[in-house]
Amino acid sequence: MYLYSITFYVFSLVAVLSALMVISARNPVHSVLFLILSFVNASGLFVLLGAEFLAMILVVVYVGAVAVLFLFVVMMLDINFVKLREGFLQYLPFGALLGIVLIIELGILFLTRSFSENSLSKFVESPVMNDVENTKLIGQVLYTDYFYLFQISGLILLVAMVGSITLTLRDRGQVKRQNISQQNYTNANDSIEKKKVKLGEGI
Amino acid sequence: MIYLEHYLFLAAIIFTIGVLGIFLNKKNVIIILMSIELILLSVNINLISFSVFLNDISGQIFAMLTLTVAAAEAAIGLAILVVFYRNLGSIEVSKINKLKG
Repeated sequence: MYLYSITFYVFSLVAVLSALMVISARNPVHSVLFLILSFVNASGLFVLLGAEFLAMILVVVYVGAVAVLFLFVVMMLDINFVKLREGFLQYLPFGALLGIVLIIELGILFLTRSFSENSLSKFVESPVMNDVENTKLIGQVLYTDYFYLFQISGLILLVAMVGSITLTLRDRGQVKRQNISQQNYTNANDSIEKKKVKLGEGI
Repeated sequence: MIYLEHYLFLAAIIFTIGVLGIFLNKKNVIIILMSIELILLSVNINLISFSVFLNDISGQIFAMLTLTVAAAEAAIGLAILVVFYRNLGSIEVSKINKLKG
């Protein structure tokens, strides 16, 4: 049990510190790398909780796709990031005050033992988690009870893909493309010309 | 011993950091998008820890849906950012005022 506690504190400490570095790093590339660190630690916490499938999905989706997308955009755009940091210190006192108030309120809410295991009634309509492993359990529920949600999330991804392609696609005028209908409507008379060539002369 | 409250408080801390990131980096859209990702991560921690401690798998399904929406949101947000940079040559939030009537 001590090992569990130590692991929890290590993972959560690194996650929180790297989250702090995300918002305070001077270089956005460093921010993205700290975001990756934070997500990896969160996935470690999910493994600790026993949600292995979600942990692996988090690593694949966030570290593999989203963070790399961020990194790509940060490196592609040529931006003066020093200028963008102006006003950071100006808002810091008020921001810190806001943050402290928010964290105290949430702490009061969460730490008053109102969420301790005895006070929560258990609704166990879906299969009990101790019987089979996590991934199998998710598969049992995802394609039966939550099938429509699953389909809708696929649709959301499709719309996001189409939307981002439409937004960033740029039509350059001078690119030569194949025009299939024009190609099909041509006949031999338009494209071939017969010429009489005299002997000993050219055209 | 680690209870549900520990996880909830961790999620609260990460949520606050995300809100602070939006608040402090008012000019940089990329950092704002990353802060939104942090907030969604804290939501995921909440959902999964409740799911585990209540012994109900539904929370993990919802966490997966949050993950999907977060990925879609990041893709769209970054596409808008690229288009915006192409048109204005800058990503300052204060310059996003072209829709002002």
